Amino acid sequence: MSTDYTSYATGEPVADTKAPKGPVNERWDTRRFEAGLVNPANRRKHTVIVVGTGLAGGAAGATLAEQGYRVVQFCYQDSPRRAHSIAAQGGINAAKNYRNDGDSVHRLFYDTVKGGDFRARESNVHRLAQISVEIIDQCVAQGVPFAREYGGLLDTRSFGGVQVSRTFYARGQTGQQLLLGAYQALSRQIAAGTVEMHPRTEMLDLIVVDGRARGIVARDLITGRIDTYFADAVVLASGGYGNVFYLSTNAMNSNATAIWRAHRRGAYFANPCFTQIHPTCIPRTGDHQAKLTLMSESLRNDGRIWVPKARGDDRPANEIPEDERDYYLERIYPSFGNLVPRDIASRAAKNVCDEGRGVGPGGQGVYLDFADAVRRMGRAKVEEKYGNLFDMYERITAENPYEVPMRIYPAVHYTMGGLWVDYDLQTTVPGLFAIGEANFSDHGANRLGASALMQGLADGYFVLPSTINDYLARNPNHDEITEQHPVVQEVLADTEDRLNLLLSVDGDRTPDSFHRELGELMWEFCGMARTDAGLRKALERIPQIREEFWRRIKVPGTGEEFNQSLEKANRIVDYLELAELMCLDALHREESCGGHFREESQTPDGEAARDDEAFSYAAAWEFTATGGAPVLHKEDLVFEYVHPTQRSYA
Amino acid sequence: MKLTLRVWRQRNTGAPGAMSTYEVDGISADMSFLEMLDTLNEELILKGEDPVAFDHDCREGICGACSLVINGDAHGPERTTSCQLHMRSFSDGDTIDVEPWRAAAFPVVKDLVVDRSAFDRIIQSGGYITAPTGAAPEAHATPVPKPDADFAFEHAECIGCGACVAACPNGSAMLFTSAKINHLNVLPQGAPERETRVLDMVAQMDEEGFGGCTLTGECATACPKGIPLVSITSMNKEWLRATRKAGKR
Repeated sequence: MSTDYTSYATGEPVADTKAPKGPVNERWDTRRFEAGLVNPANRRKHTVIVVGTGLAGGAAGATLAEQGYRVVQFCYQDSPRRAHSIAAQGGINAAKNYRNDGDSVHRLFYDTVKGGDFRARESNVHRLAQISVEIIDQCVAQGVPFAREYGGLLDTRSFGGVQVSRTFYARGQTGQQLLLGAYQALSRQIAAGTVEMHPRTEMLDLIVVDGRARGIVARDLITGRIDTYFADAVVLASGGYGNVFYLSTNAMNSNATAIWRAHRRGAYFANPCFTQIHPTCIPRTGDHQAKLTLMSESLRNDGRIWVPKARGDDRPANEIPEDERDYYLERIYPSFGNLVPRDIASRAAKNVCDEGRGVGPGGQGVYLDFADAVRRMGRAKVEEKYGNLFDMYERITAENPYEVPMRIYPAVHYTMGGLWVDYDLQTTVPGLFAIGEANFSDHGANRLGASALMQGLADGYFVLPSTINDYLARNPNHDEITEQHPVVQEVLADTEDRLNLLLSVDGDRTPDSFHRELGELMWEFCGMARTDAGLRKALERIPQIREEFWRRIKVPGTGEEFNQSLEKANRIVDYLELAELMCLDALHREESCGGHFREESQTPDGEAARDDEAFSYAAAWEFTATGGAPVLHKEDLVFEYVHPTQRSYA
Repeated sequence: MKLTLRVWRQRNTGAPGAMSTYEVDGISADMSFLEMLDTLNEELILKGEDPVAFDHDCREGICGACSLVINGDAHGPERTTSCQLHMRSFSDGDTIDVEPWRAAAFPVVKDLVVDRSAFDRIIQSGGYITAPTGAAPEAHATPVPKPDADFAFEHAECIGCGACVAACPNGSAMLFTSAKINHLNVLPQGAPERETRVLDMVAQMDEEGFGGCTLTGECATACPKGIPLVSITSMNKEWLRATRKAGKR
């Protein structure tokens, strides 16, 4: 192992200077009042680049354009309608309390801080809970067809880890419907000429001039042309980095390049090891597997999770009698049962499989059984609630979940870590903002179900459009820059050199073979359970894979054409660096919290043991050089309202 | 299983294209169709050949990126997206033709990849409700009868893949366009723009070079989300109603 990399230095603490003091429920109002404003007539003089068109990016692009800014927006997909937010199934949380079941903004705030295992910033989370109610109003006004009751009012359901029904949904396609709402709002602005949309165009680097983010380098994926785009501020809404693991529920082309390149240009990367492993995915079937498919955890509302009591019991599920089944979540966590938070459900599944009680091929699965639900509610009701999910499961596995229990297994799903941002969602590079999954801000060490959609839309529709004004108002006159600027020339040359190198190695291994190798390493050593020894092993191996990559990669074709192998290889370059930082972050955080479980840090009964004394901070890493030790900057987390307790879901 | 693939290869939009034949072996029934193509591409790369370009992203049947005509059918023999089609739908020894969407309004970009930006322009012409951020009333201010909400949802399910266009002998986009019009026009929130929406979207659809509907019904048969053929009838009614109303003004 390169001991150089692990002997990182600890630099100055990093602090959020933007969140106002005072009562937590007044901070957002105060900030909006204190923030500078840009005169409506002046807004059209400002250009804002938005990278990504998911919930956060789509919402931000549309809203900034509505405010009068000139927006230049990018997505790698052929249409802004296809961003991976579209695949979110279950729902979106909002503290509407329509059920009169004791919900409130404060309760959503409390649940989110607790669910995040006390590693999120209180100010941000409270703002998120406040804004949640406006999101529902906004989406309904756009025509998002949420599920409704017969009286015509909105239906809600309860969702993983909470005891109130605050989740709004559109069958199993909530993400799709919310994204289409944002896409349609964005389309209106494209038609109005206020958003200049560049589909099939991928950001490859960030341009920082005089310490400020001033533009990006992007490649037209059809012609291969590399261009520069300039602006007064840059917003990254490029999503998470779960594809480091190769197999994940992310879309095949979701990638970390935008945030990683921004990190290399000075933006701190916070809590990279906080990844969420989702408990209800369809188990893999073989080495050919290219990605994993999530089954909405709303299924846990009515499905019961179990494995056989005896190890190695290979009878078909329906032949195993009731008293020989172990409904382990109901047994271990009687009050939350099958609805415990995701990290807990995932780890419990891993534990029973490690004990040799897993089911299906390779023993890597547990049952999610709807027999009771069908008996209780009738098949028609189950079909109405979960029909499309059951169809999807049957399509993939050729098994009928109305008749035999589903098989599920955890898979990488979401990354809580991301670019460090302050309360204004600004990174450590002035003028560079990160929103949605691309930032680290609101979910701490574990995200609650139905909160990703809430955060993406909160950032995009409401937070960023208010806070970015402050930056633009304080920096009204940026110098004109052109492609001839020496910094721009340097960034352009870097990008071209990187792509040319990839094309010229002409080795004997495909991009996918490296991606798979890295992913397997990360899943084994930086997955559901992490150890000091395992992480050190991964940290030793990653630089070796990286070295081999640059020696043996084979990318066919040229850079001046539509070349999917080149796109893929270039993304892997960044995964090979980001993976190292994830392992280092996991190694340094010698506690278990949320999705980060260190085997050395557990309670006598095998639950995660947090160490608030030593680790009640967000770890923001500063880049130094490829393979060189980063610098750690700690942001202390202060809990004034929700006092840290060891999470208990028993 | 062992398969023979005949795949459409075309360097770029302007270049001529042709079918090329490839053999693939060791294909498992549990593979998705796209994983089978991944296998082929891995082999092609190692042989120093250009891998087959195809659009794909979520591989869960919801993003609408994948777009293959398989043995003459848009998305292949099952009613689903290309990514959710599994090799168990085929048999050992089969010969499978793989082609891009073919329609005048969807030019080929490369191999199996086409340009569907015409769909985006149809949405831009009116496939939205004007509701600027911040201007929304309380969500419960306007109840929506459940049957209307369900009707809206069933049409909103469209993933914009373009299978309807690829399947239609006329290359018509009426199923796609009608799905969005029906989704928004049935809702009270969509009512103020009801007439302009249908008139503008239909005009844009025609301008993009899509054909007309002759009720062959291939679109609805190919649609992976089950948007029904009567969706087009509803759009036509909306269009007629809007035209009459515009005439009276």
